[in-house]
Amino acid sequence: MSLLDIENLSLTIGDTQILRGMELSVAPGEVMGLVGESGSGKSMTALTVMQLLPHAARATGRVTFDGIDILAATEDQMCALRGDDIGMVFQEPMTALNPVKTIGEQVAEGIRWHTKANRAEAEDRARKMLDRVGLPEAKFPMARFPHELSGGQRQRVVIAIACALKPKLLIADEPTTALDVVLQAQILDLLRDLVAESRMGLLLISHDLAVVTEMADRITILRHGEVMEAGDTARTLSEQTHPYTRQLAQASMHVPARARPHDIETGQPLLQVESVTRDYPGRRTSLFKRAPGIRAVDDVSLSMAPGQSVALVGRSGCGKSTLARMILALDQPSSGTIRFRGETVTGKSEAELKPARRNMQVVFQDPYGSFDPRQKVEKLIAEPLHVLEKKPTRAERREMVAHALHEVGLGISDMDKYPHEFSGGQRQRLSIARAIITRPKLVVADEPVSALDVSIRAQILDLFAELNQKLGIAYLFITHDLTVARAITDEVLVMHDGKVVERGKTSEVLDHPQSEAAKALVTAAPDLHRAIAKRLREQG
Amino acid sequence: MTAYLLKRIAVAIATLLLASMVVFAVLEILPGDPARLMLGMNASADQIELLRNQMGLNAPLALRYLHWAGGLLSLDFGRSYTYSVPVIDLVSERLAVSLPLALIALALSTIIAIPVGLFSASRRGRAGDTISMGAAQLGVAVPNFWFALMLIYVFAVWLRLVPAGGFPGWSAGVWPALKSLLLPAVALALPQAAILARVTRSALIEVLSEDYIRTARAKGLPYRAVLWRHALRNAMIPVLTILGLQFAFLLAGTIIIENVFYLPGLGRLVFQAITQRDLIVVESVVMLLVAAVIAVNLLVDLSYAVVDPRLRSRQ
Repeated sequence: MSLLDIENLSLTIGDTQILRGMELSVAPGEVMGLVGESGSGKSMTALTVMQLLPHAARATGRVTFDGIDILAATEDQMCALRGDDIGMVFQEPMTALNPVKTIGEQVAEGIRWHTKANRAEAEDRARKMLDRVGLPEAKFPMARFPHELSGGQRQRVVIAIACALKPKLLIADEPTTALDVVLQAQILDLLRDLVAESRMGLLLISHDLAVVTEMADRITILRHGEVMEAGDTARTLSEQTHPYTRQLAQASMHVPARARPHDIETGQPLLQVESVTRDYPGRRTSLFKRAPGIRAVDDVSLSMAPGQSVALVGRSGCGKSTLARMILALDQPSSGTIRFRGETVTGKSEAELKPARRNMQVVFQDPYGSFDPRQKVEKLIAEPLHVLEKKPTRAERREMVAHALHEVGLGISDMDKYPHEFSGGQRQRLSIARAIITRPKLVVADEPVSALDVSIRAQILDLFAELNQKLGIAYLFITHDLTVARAITDEVLVMHDGKVVERGKTSEVLDHPQSEAAKALVTAAPDLHRAIAKRLREQG
Repeated sequence: MTAYLLKRIAVAIATLLLASMVVFAVLEILPGDPARLMLGMNASADQIELLRNQMGLNAPLALRYLHWAGGLLSLDFGRSYTYSVPVIDLVSERLAVSLPLALIALALSTIIAIPVGLFSASRRGRAGDTISMGAAQLGVAVPNFWFALMLIYVFAVWLRLVPAGGFPGWSAGVWPALKSLLLPAVALALPQAAILARVTRSALIEVLSEDYIRTARAKGLPYRAVLWRHALRNAMIPVLTILGLQFAFLLAGTIIIENVFYLPGLGRLVFQAITQRDLIVVESVVMLLVAAVIAVNLLVDLSYAVVDPRLRSRQ
């Protein structure tokens, strides 16, 4: 018998239809993977099971959990289920914990509420649970506050809260999307162990096909609120009978067609970074004392040729973004020099930097946060033009914006729209248009596709590859996602604790990593091919 | 935490010092000669000059400032020009009315505002919210002396529960004294409560959309428990800020209410002192208020750190 049964579930919020005739079931001890692109209704399915939907939501159909009709249950019945029989883990560990309560309090709270245990008993159980999720007493006392923990550690606390009472069903909504690959692998291992220990059912929601393939026994593929395909994970993904399944699988393994890597021009390198170091002063512990400082970037040297595409990979906090900021002259190195097209960019005034700024642009990760919502596209895209020698006339400016939009696959009519009228993928195209409008020689892209769905991400990667060929722009891709590095770069640098620990041709480094840090990244990175092969092997 | 504390205290002292200079300087350049005022219209220039010398008004500016500021530190505020009694006696007599009044009003406004804010936020957009926020809107808009008159009419004239005005003094017993402060405190508290309720509501609504509220709900806590245990404390920072500002207002901004109820409070003392050019009283009361406001703000800053652990570990 199934633990959770969703039959013919339809959901509307206001006038918007979110789910249509949704079907899904989870058996005890089973991992069910729910896959779909953003807006497909994955999270709303989870919130329906928890009955934590927004007020305007109306659900019809049947949702049965352990014999209880969820859609007909009273709020009191649901309170008894939530946190006791059904636990839930969310996507964003940085904001999922109450900042003013200690982690011990937050784990113990649910235990006390459901079991009526006294404070000491509840704290004892909370302590054991925190130990279990990898936060031992000695290093992580219960009196710690969330802000004293890293993202991965906070996600462990959230898992401890969800699993404290050994729920029958755990719902994990994109539990590792905000974490780097090594942390992701650790958290997934932890979830797998917890499922095995207590025959818990796990509903794992993700947009990442590789993650789901590694974890799930069965898989449900959702699109626009409708189930496209459901069944055994290995069979569904190896046969790929449904066209949408095929499309998703192909998109997540997509490698843009790139003509031979550019002939690396000999002569002057485009960018030279020479033993650059960046120190941050430590936190002030009292009026006269400071904690020892942090060396974010430690003696890094690198060189890029014109038209070359280089990946800078590493775990979160390894110093890759700090290095990128210094290359863009947005931050000053503590020591070392950076030369761009032969000119030193360190220690120069904004006016002196103008020629360099014309030739280097940036694309950020979040296509939602990187535009002023009250300005029109024309103005947003034209922003970098102020670094040009000669100020373009209004007509010239419109012409240049139109051209840049055309190059990234958008139309002239988009010029008079506002950012909110575009989808995530289109907004990332806008960021790219803004970056290429000055015809730069170098574009630094900081995790440019990690906020995008797989099919959009494939299109954006294609666009990057095309612009590299057509305009000869060199790229510095900062990413923790090795598939991106593999898809689009010629060379890769692996950073760890502020140092470059390995460098070489992308395919060589990723196929035969030498350093510990690179090996850890490669083994932790989910890979759809490998995951399917492993599943098929296990099932014989 | 110690660093945060020391820094806040240092800022408070610096502010106090600066404020004392400004107060002294402003009153110095205002027109009106206290010696002439004390001696009346018919005094001769010689007499005035003599008194000015006696009062130390002819000494250099810096010296007079130091003398005055030094006096403040030892609680010697000088003598009132018009009443010819030590200013400290005048002020402490008035504070015995104004301070309890402010504290009662502040307590009342908090007791009213926070439950109303919680109620409203938890029913956002529904009838209860609309009604209580409509009432709050009215509370902000209607001047407090009108409330005062209505309260006098209902409770003093009609029901005869409390006196309509005046203050018997604490020597007449605690209860009679408190009774005469009750209506003014309510009249002061209502508009303040209305503002505070609106701030509480909007702070709570913002907090209620945070991720950790969903985490708390997913633990199985009922909505009400989530509101009290998780939302309220996180919403406290803006509420505390407003409370600090309100205390300053309640201590001195109550001239109208003190007049309506005929209370011998600080507000009326300042008012009289200004009209009579009793500069030394004005200076002293203003400095006292400045010190009180700075102290309350320091308290508010420290309570931020109590509420939010992130401030404790930051510099």
